[in-house]
Amino acid sequence: MKKQIHLGAHFPGVNNTTVWSDPRAGSQTDFASFVHFTQNAERGLMDFVFLAEGLRLREHRGRIHDLDVVGRPDTFTVLNALAAVTTRIGLAGTINTTYNEPYELAVQFASLDHLSAGRAAWNMVTTSDAFTGENFRRGGFLPREQRYERAAEVVAVTRALWDARGAEVEHHGPQFDVRGGFGLSPLPQGHPVLIQAGDSAQGRDFAAATADAIFTLHGTLEAGQAFYADVKARLPQHGRAPGDLKVLPGVTFVLADTDEEAQDEAARIRRQQVSPQTAIAFLEQVWGRELSEYDPDGPLPDVDPDVDNVSITRGRVRHARDPRAVAQEWRDHAEAHGGLSIREVVIEKTGRQSFIGSPRTVAAQMDEFVQRDACDGFILVPHLTPGGLDRFVAEVVPELQDLGSYRTEYSGPTLRDHLGLRHPHAPLTRKESA
Amino acid sequence: MSPFTEARMHLAVELTAAGRHPAAARWAGLDPATLLSAAHHAGLARTAARRGLDLALIPHTFHPDGGPLLDAVSVAARIAPVVAGIGLAPTATVTHTEPFHVSKSIATLDIVSAGRAGWEPAVSRTQAEADLFGRKPAEPADVLWREAAEAIEVVVRLWDSWEDDAVIRDAATGRYLDRDKLHYLDFQGEFFSVKGPSITPRPPQGHPLVVLRADEAAALPVAARWADVVRISAPDLPTAAEARDRIRSAVADAGRDPDLVTVLLDVEVHLAAERDRARRDLTELDRLAGAELPASSVRVLGPPTDLADLIGTAVRTRAADGVTLLPLVLPADLDVVAGQVVPLLAGRGLLRTGTAGSLRSRFGLRRPANHFAGATS
Repeated sequence: MKKQIHLGAHFPGVNNTTVWSDPRAGSQTDFASFVHFTQNAERGLMDFVFLAEGLRLREHRGRIHDLDVVGRPDTFTVLNALAAVTTRIGLAGTINTTYNEPYELAVQFASLDHLSAGRAAWNMVTTSDAFTGENFRRGGFLPREQRYERAAEVVAVTRALWDARGAEVEHHGPQFDVRGGFGLSPLPQGHPVLIQAGDSAQGRDFAAATADAIFTLHGTLEAGQAFYADVKARLPQHGRAPGDLKVLPGVTFVLADTDEEAQDEAARIRRQQVSPQTAIAFLEQVWGRELSEYDPDGPLPDVDPDVDNVSITRGRVRHARDPRAVAQEWRDHAEAHGGLSIREVVIEKTGRQSFIGSPRTVAAQMDEFVQRDACDGFILVPHLTPGGLDRFVAEVVPELQDLGSYRTEYSGPTLRDHLGLRHPHAPLTRKESA
Repeated sequence: MSPFTEARMHLAVELTAAGRHPAAARWAGLDPATLLSAAHHAGLARTAARRGLDLALIPHTFHPDGGPLLDAVSVAARIAPVVAGIGLAPTATVTHTEPFHVSKSIATLDIVSAGRAGWEPAVSRTQAEADLFGRKPAEPADVLWREAAEAIEVVVRLWDSWEDDAVIRDAATGRYLDRDKLHYLDFQGEFFSVKGPSITPRPPQGHPLVVLRADEAAALPVAARWADVVRISAPDLPTAAEARDRIRSAVADAGRDPDLVTVLLDVEVHLAAERDRARRDLTELDRLAGAELPASSVRVLGPPTDLADLIGTAVRTRAADGVTLLPLVLPADLDVVAGQVVPLLAGRGLLRTGTAGSLRSRFGLRRPANHFAGATS
């Protein structure tokens, strides 16, 4: 059988990928939007719906960022409610390991897994900045280098609780002291599916040791193949087989009747995503200084970035690269293309979609990434709420099925079944351990 | 208010997995796996909702004495989309949890239930619970309730941290949000500090219904300040009437209108056609549990008319504004309540009718003003 594609459906996020100015853009917080999105993804036989979460509203230049979609309901609460209106699709939530306690998380994920009859997944993130910590009792005192130490300990404690089966659990570690029983063990899936988001070497090691799937960045086929080979090669040292960790890059897509129309549509969407005001905000993020006097339709600033002002935007992952190098790259790009404006450069440099074309073209491109081992599937990030997946489900899914690369029905009731993951305590087969 | 409407009462039910009695599951032959299934909980809520009960209270503690307890907010969220009408008030404890998370989870329950969310804050008293978190030792009641008061204040202020019309989607200026309508709390308390604003917009009801127990002295000022519904337990109706008076005075002392606070008396129930039979059942339940279950409040063991009589007397004598039924055995006792007790109460004109709308409106409450409205951010 051909290698099968796995698909996650990322509910549109609170950043400029999500277009709110489009007449079709609905509420980002109404439950009806979540129901529409998730039931459609289930109609498309997708592995899971995916909710992101950030625990402090983003700020730009010291004030709450007001240009993008803002506001998210609580992850666990939405996923449990979605369990009521769906029957098969997995329910994946982003939950922070720094601002939650393992016992409570164990109860919440066990509850979701029971109440959804085995469909829970945890996208584990490890943010630990003091900015976010201001919303929590424990504050933001966790040093950056301890993020994964804490995450690993959270996983160890929660798994011990899920495996308790009536026994008392006692854990003492650098981060936690936990002692007690756990009545909700065992869970329908044994453990919820664990997703790790983060591409760093530390993140890859953590995923190889611990996770069932890795939510990664999408790039070229070659870059994907290199990443895929790297993380799969890390598995045997942890006693795991290549199929135990699925590589799922987050991708955007634009569909139209023809490839040419799709390119036009993609350009139109990018202009929606980068309004004149958003272009200036991006510019300020790279330059590290206030640039509101600049004309978004005029040239890039002559001044150089302020490399010391790293906190102009907070609550969002900042460019890890040297801002001076990024600024130079943007200037070179503008010049090479006949003097692009600020907004044009930002559109080119920040927003290009991953897959653009007719449904057949997009299906073929996605299939190539999977068949040539650049990934095991994708987490789809549409740009519209709630209908951003409608056309993908109606037109790309049948193409993927025609290619023999995508299921025509769910094979089992649990998310582990959809993803082809073993039960957490099932041993490797002889072939896998060979 | 006319004397006629004064006689009408609120009816709530506590939906513990298998019922209040620790041996209920074994006695009823319920498979433990059933108690963890969504179908079981949705079925209970549906039974209660079908007969127009106002409120389902879903208890939670991290260290249950009886069987395992699912996270109560999760259960309520799983029920909300498939059971219409009834209010859903899960317990979310505030001793070892983060007020920021609690606030958005209850706000979101209000979203997914279209304005039917309540919240019962509770404290975690025991060392066994403290050991599950390992952050701090068990504390005495006065400390726990001082901390709870801070947590409730933060939760409610976070609900208000977005004004209702904060989302503007103004294409001309490129702004999705009017950030002047979002507010920092800058809360600094004895136990923690929270910056805000919430990541979740203001819930549909503004403030989901706050339900608090006021049985112990340390809890009374907290209930007087924050509760929309106050739960009490009492061995008999005269004692309940005294407690209700005490609560109404405390509410008035806190500068609030006592008529806007509903006092619900806990009533443990196990129903059977004859009193002897109900008592024999309890003896058998106690035998299975290996210990006698002491009554936590007024207890009715008998036929449906006994329960209807007690409720009628409680309301007529102003011992309470309504009751919270604590069925000893679920779903059996709830089935009898729905099938027989509710029709009796309705026949006596004790139940309110026309109960559509938000949970707050069921309890005679308007959507509250926003604490921050008009303030500058």
